[in-house]
Amino acid sequence: MALIGFLIRRILTGIVVIWLVTTGAFFLFFARPVDTVARQLAGHAATPQVIAEVTRNLGLNQPILVQYWHFIDGLLHGNLGYSYFTGESVNMMLKQDLPPTISLVIGGTILWLVVGISVGIISATRSRSLFDRTSNVLVLIGLSMPVFVIGELLILFVFVPANEHGFHWIQTGYAGISQGFGTWAGHMILPWITLAAVQAAVYTRLTRGQLLDTLGEDYIRTARAKGLSERRVIFKHGVRAALTPVVSQLGVDVGQLLGGVVVVEVVFGLGGIGQTSVEAIFTDNLPVIIGFVILAAVFVVVANIIVDLVYALLDPRVRIA
Amino acid sequence: MSITGLEVAGQGAAAGEAALDADAAKIQGRSQWQLTWRRLRQDRVAMVSLVVIGIIILLAVFAPAFVAITHHPPNIAYPNQGETAAGNPVPPGTAGFWLGTDGTGRDLFIRILYGARISLFVGFVTTAIGTVAGVSIGLMAGYFGGIVDTVLARLTDAVLAFPYVVLALALAVVLGPSLKVIIAIISFFAWAAIARIVRGQTLSIKEKEYIEAARSLGAGPFRIMVLDIVPNLLAPVLVLATLYIPQAVVFEATLSYLGLGIQPPTASWGNILADAENFYQVAWWYVVFPAAALLITTLAFNLFGDGIRDAMDPRTERLFAAGRARGRRGRRAKRQVLADGSESDMSHAAPYVPPAGGS
Repeated sequence: MALIGFLIRRILTGIVVIWLVTTGAFFLFFARPVDTVARQLAGHAATPQVIAEVTRNLGLNQPILVQYWHFIDGLLHGNLGYSYFTGESVNMMLKQDLPPTISLVIGGTILWLVVGISVGIISATRSRSLFDRTSNVLVLIGLSMPVFVIGELLILFVFVPANEHGFHWIQTGYAGISQGFGTWAGHMILPWITLAAVQAAVYTRLTRGQLLDTLGEDYIRTARAKGLSERRVIFKHGVRAALTPVVSQLGVDVGQLLGGVVVVEVVFGLGGIGQTSVEAIFTDNLPVIIGFVILAAVFVVVANIIVDLVYALLDPRVRIA
Repeated sequence: MSITGLEVAGQGAAAGEAALDADAAKIQGRSQWQLTWRRLRQDRVAMVSLVVIGIIILLAVFAPAFVAITHHPPNIAYPNQGETAAGNPVPPGTAGFWLGTDGTGRDLFIRILYGARISLFVGFVTTAIGTVAGVSIGLMAGYFGGIVDTVLARLTDAVLAFPYVVLALALAVVLGPSLKVIIAIISFFAWAAIARIVRGQTLSIKEKEYIEAARSLGAGPFRIMVLDIVPNLLAPVLVLATLYIPQAVVFEATLSYLGLGIQPPTASWGNILADAENFYQVAWWYVVFPAAALLITTLAFNLFGDGIRDAMDPRTERLFAAGRARGRRGRRAKRQVLADGSESDMSHAAPYVPPAGGS
């Protein structure tokens, strides 16, 4: 029962958060003069009459509160509106942009988890060894590298030479998985590495720190005193407890990234959620911006709820309340 | 700080213990800052980073001097000497261009120097604003508690949880990209992490006896916060601030890369790298040098910040003592001290903060 109560409460607060974020985005947009959109749509040599007409067609001449009401009304009916420029439905745009983003985030997550957690475990169990010190330096480099720099360097030193030497598997841009798994993976491999490079550094540091702390606990000494093998002590007693914060961090990160891996998508021209939202921001395409902001907020809120649930399952000391 | 307290207590002791006091004063003569500096000087990596930071600052400050030497102002294009026949950038060392030219035939070296001015300026200013705001907000939340704490702490959580890349981009577009707007945006995201740590520290400090003593002497909240609490917060805040500078640098570079930061022709490492994308095939230097400048800068600040954190950690003193006694094996002592579960304020001073550039 406690679980159902918890879920209801969290979902309700989640809806409030999403509403706040949406409303914030809506009014932020109107901090600018409204006719900028119409001016862009109407072209360079538009007369004031044309601009006024475009404004009227888009409904931008109505009072803000009326527009807000229309917007909320559409939202409650599951309609996010239509792009100012192409007239395309925002729901459709979201559907089209999800595959690249999801491919990127899932592949990248697997990569950074495997690398981050295993390097973190080895570093913690062989603290101060050559491996540990090398990985510490690499972690710091990873944390210091802007994402777009990693992406650009990969393009310069991997993508360009590979294609010059007739090795065309590695590509930029996005190819759907329907075009074959190999093609898809070839397009995704550099974005995955880019995304994973920074995140793996974060997760290595987190895993190492947590595991070092855990290995200092009394129950680890007890486990050793019982005569358990070192492998069993580390994996069964150490890693399991140390990974709880890693799991919670993972939930938050995946939620945030699904809402917009802006930089990686822009560098490699993947055309996912992040890239489209940046383009929409550049063109004042309000319905598209708000659609994507809502989606991002939903991902973050859902991820947070899942994290709290998983946390309670993993760590018996945490009670759902 | 507690050492200073002891010293004062020693001076107030009975006259018969004067000789003892003199001895004690000799031993206790070092302030925490002197101890920290002494430990920091033994940290080779941190000292090298400090030197590198110093060199970068000097290069940035004296960028106009290099213009005088090379006669290549940052925003002037040299279509004849600075571009190949095909209109591409010329490689490093050609025609007095030390690091080659950029896509429009401007001196890349000079532009990187002017980019450093922007990066360092944004890094220091936003960190300063964020630190002052974060300390004030954290201090008030922690000291006053109650409704003030609830409101400020929730606000902090909200800022920390927000998908900040998208919000930063939206703000940059709505307000129009400019240096002021960039500084405002980066500062806005800087204070929350500091406020959270300061609040936690304040909560524990305000229960100490000397705060009670100050209050019973009639000190008001403002006086207690500024004179009695803030000095005890300086260490963790200094570490957080040092580690935030590289994040701010990356943040600015990312905004500029996406076209929402510093606008051309003003040079910024981010917008140089965005331009360089068009010349991948022909001009490796155009990507490599600005990327290296960015990486060296952020890495130096991160290494130096880590060094300060280690030097300020009260546990490190024991480590150094152990290290001297046992030579290189002293390093192993660190692991045991860390593993024995002893906690210090500093161990939580640098929480996980996501990379500022977002992904």
